[in-house]
Amino acid sequence: MARKVSTRSKIGFTIAAWVVALILFFPILYAFLTSIKTEPEAIAGFSLWPSGTLENYVTVNTQRDYFKPFMNSVVLSVGSTILALLIAIPAAWAMAFSPTKRTKDILMWMLSTKMMPAVAVLVPFYLMFRNAGLLDTRFGLTLMLTMINLPIVVWMLYTYFREIPGEILEAARMDGASLWNEIVYVLTPMAVPGIASTLLLNIILAWNESFWTIRLTTTNAAPLTAFIASFSSPQGLFWAKLSAASMMAIAPILVLGWFSQKQLVRGLTFGAVK
Amino acid sequence: MATQNTRNLARVMMAPSVFLLLIWMIVPLAMTLWFSFQNYNLLNPANVSFAGLFNYKFFYTDPAFFQSIWNTLVIVGGVLLITIIGGVAIALLLDQPIFGQGIVRILVISPFFVMPPVAALIWKNMIMHPGYGVLADLNRFFGFQPIDWFSRFPLLSIVIIVAWQWLPFATLILLTALQSLDGEQREAAEMDGANFFNRFIYLTLPHLARAMTVVILIQTIFLLGVYAEILVTTNGGPGYASTNLPFLIYRTALLGYDVGGASAGGIIAIVLANIVAIFLMRAVGKNLDR
Amino acid sequence: MGSISLKNVSKVFGEAKVIPSINLDIQNGEFVVFVGPSGCGKSTLLRLIAGLEDVSGGQIIIDGKDVTEKAPAERGLAMVFQSYALYPHMSVRNNIGFPLKMAKMEKSAIDKKVNDAAAILNLTDYLDRRPSQLSGGQRQRVAIGRAIVREPSAFLFDEPLSNLDAALRGTMRLEISELHNTLKTTMIYVTHDQVEAMTMADKIVVLNRGNIEQVGSPLDLYRSPANLFVAGFIGSPRMNLVKGAYAFGKSAETVGIRPEHLLLSKDSGLWKGKVNVAEHLGSDTFLHIDVEDIGMITARAGGEFACQHGDIVFITPDETKVHRFDTNGLAIRA
Repeated sequence: MARKVSTRSKIGFTIAAWVVALILFFPILYAFLTSIKTEPEAIAGFSLWPSGTLENYVTVNTQRDYFKPFMNSVVLSVGSTILALLIAIPAAWAMAFSPTKRTKDILMWMLSTKMMPAVAVLVPFYLMFRNAGLLDTRFGLTLMLTMINLPIVVWMLYTYFREIPGEILEAARMDGASLWNEIVYVLTPMAVPGIASTLLLNIILAWNESFWTIRLTTTNAAPLTAFIASFSSPQGLFWAKLSAASMMAIAPILVLGWFSQKQLVRGLTFGAVK
Repeated sequence: MATQNTRNLARVMMAPSVFLLLIWMIVPLAMTLWFSFQNYNLLNPANVSFAGLFNYKFFYTDPAFFQSIWNTLVIVGGVLLITIIGGVAIALLLDQPIFGQGIVRILVISPFFVMPPVAALIWKNMIMHPGYGVLADLNRFFGFQPIDWFSRFPLLSIVIIVAWQWLPFATLILLTALQSLDGEQREAAEMDGANFFNRFIYLTLPHLARAMTVVILIQTIFLLGVYAEILVTTNGGPGYASTNLPFLIYRTALLGYDVGGASAGGIIAIVLANIVAIFLMRAVGKNLDR
Repeated sequence: MGSISLKNVSKVFGEAKVIPSINLDIQNGEFVVFVGPSGCGKSTLLRLIAGLEDVSGGQIIIDGKDVTEKAPAERGLAMVFQSYALYPHMSVRNNIGFPLKMAKMEKSAIDKKVNDAAAILNLTDYLDRRPSQLSGGQRQRVAIGRAIVREPSAFLFDEPLSNLDAALRGTMRLEISELHNTLKTTMIYVTHDQVEAMTMADKIVVLNRGNIEQVGSPLDLYRSPANLFVAGFIGSPRMNLVKGAYAFGKSAETVGIRPEHLLLSKDSGLWKGKVNVAEHLGSDTFLHIDVEDIGMITARAGGEFACQHGDIVFITPDETKVHRFDTNGLAIRA
């Protein structure tokens, strides 16, 4: 629309938008402010002016053995993402470049596995993991996270691979490229952005997963989700420290999320909205 | 790339995904189905016997069961209502020319990336807490008594927390769809004499219909399984006031040690999810044919 | 170098017999154009020659060697795609040099060839840019450059000008023709635009539903179309086709006369009609006339011819330029 928008309406919309945005963001903002207050300050009542102390962050990182859950979150999200990519890339590739009549059915079936409610298979998995010695292990959890996100990873990669124009691959073939050369010099460079986007989204989904990571872990492999959940009835009041731990738990994913808005839309709508 | 060789290669490349997912799905599903017909209590693991439809009947006659189904529907329905209406409204707002668009978007989408336990904790201890919470302070400021949200309105509290988390998702999807609306269509409508309201009803809403369908279906799948927020705040209480079906199953299994009962509940949950799934598959499947 | 023969080539897609059977000989150095309406199989035929699709039957022979079973790269051909198909992540230099890299040529040799090709195509200043930074015409030239460096036996062009605007199309048409004059290599060019076909080709192959309707030089097709399809396809505006009494009078089922072979007069003539639409281009005037007992006739007058909607005009066909067609649509040659 190339018409002049009146500055008055622009300011009006801006104010409205900022009000809505700040209201939505407020809980996060307030948690952050609380995390840089001292404990007495934190329970003293509503205040937007913290003393700006970093003591809580220091405490959380040294005293509360925060490091282990944090590392678990990192290992689980990165590990399960890499594993999922290794399994999914060939599959999405085959489906995008050599589609058959079955391809669509297989994709829809994969989608349907994501719709199964986790709790319905809680008991079988709990028992199987217990009997196999996988309960509360990084390996077991990584496996679990890989499988539950595999459908989304395959779908996302499939939609990205399909966008690579077939004519460019034909041109490479006419230019004398063998299959290997085609993959190395043409296909992979063009697929990298799609793979990176999928990687980003999957790390976010795995990091935030809050069912299996809580139910299949106790101490060793518990990531941040389980760690924070264990504070649902905190003994002793330490809001400030809890806020600091919470901020550290969500900060990496918040930042990643800010940069992956487009990927989120594509990945979680299974390509239906782009 | 359509020779016999490449076709075989393609099958090999797809095999791991298909095989792994198949096993991952079928084995536990079969086990759940099997357990649902057994008397199996984890406190007495040696004593397993065939129970027929007992577990299902037990669930059916348990008042907590219907309460949990109702609660599940309230959570799903409530969150959908808030996120769709709110999502459309905010998307329309963000589609207008405003200063600082980028930052506004970042602020609006942030709640979605907060892990559910943290979200629940923040709302429980900092916002809704009757002693130290912001809402309590607000109430006192206006001379009212602070509300104990989780005692008086447990289900509503859960709905608010979950809606806060999912509103950004709906907004983002709807905004994306909104921005794909052809500017020329808007101009044609203006020439045809349609004001903003008319354009919204006859042009914008139909265009958004598809995106809204996708949002509703995808959110429903996830909302049917709300768990961590309940675990961290009310634990399903008081009584069963904020227990949804997943939470009831969890309680039956791991707090009541009743594997048979929990499995029966699980099968029921699967049936519920499948009903929604059918609609989602159709919507997504249509996109594949494009 | 550069002679191609198609013997009984056929192609089936599932149930559809897209190309029943084609026999064609292309001489070395010829500029051959495959032309026809959408879906006539011209692009399919090109892709069969290139090796991007397998034939369902028949043989393809290049320079005396049967290449029917050979992969595209082994046929010694180069193709320019409709969408150019440039590698978006490579510079122009690397795009043009890619085929040479695949052939494991030495870097210094590659550089020389790339620079030579760039010089011919005026791309020297753009060698380090990416395709996304180029205009449509420049991308077109990069695609051609990539084909040139392979020094193929023949160039294959798949509707290369469809994505360009009208002015650019005219310029590129000339450039490709000049390229052919310089390199003297066989070129097979696919288009649906009969103007491109007429202006660029040594030999035109008119295709319809997978069959060859006629093969000949542009003027051959213009002067002596073998059937109704070719008669109606070649020539713009379309040839007028007249049935009924006038055709019977000439011992034919249908009679064809081109708009430019009709003499117009305000006073007298064989046919009398009323002007429906008059198109004044200055260089030509095209009149669409409703002729009594005949139907709608399009006539061309050179230069300016003053008349407008509703005027009465008289038309006289040039008897020496009348084409006669029998009940099967085939031309009757006296």
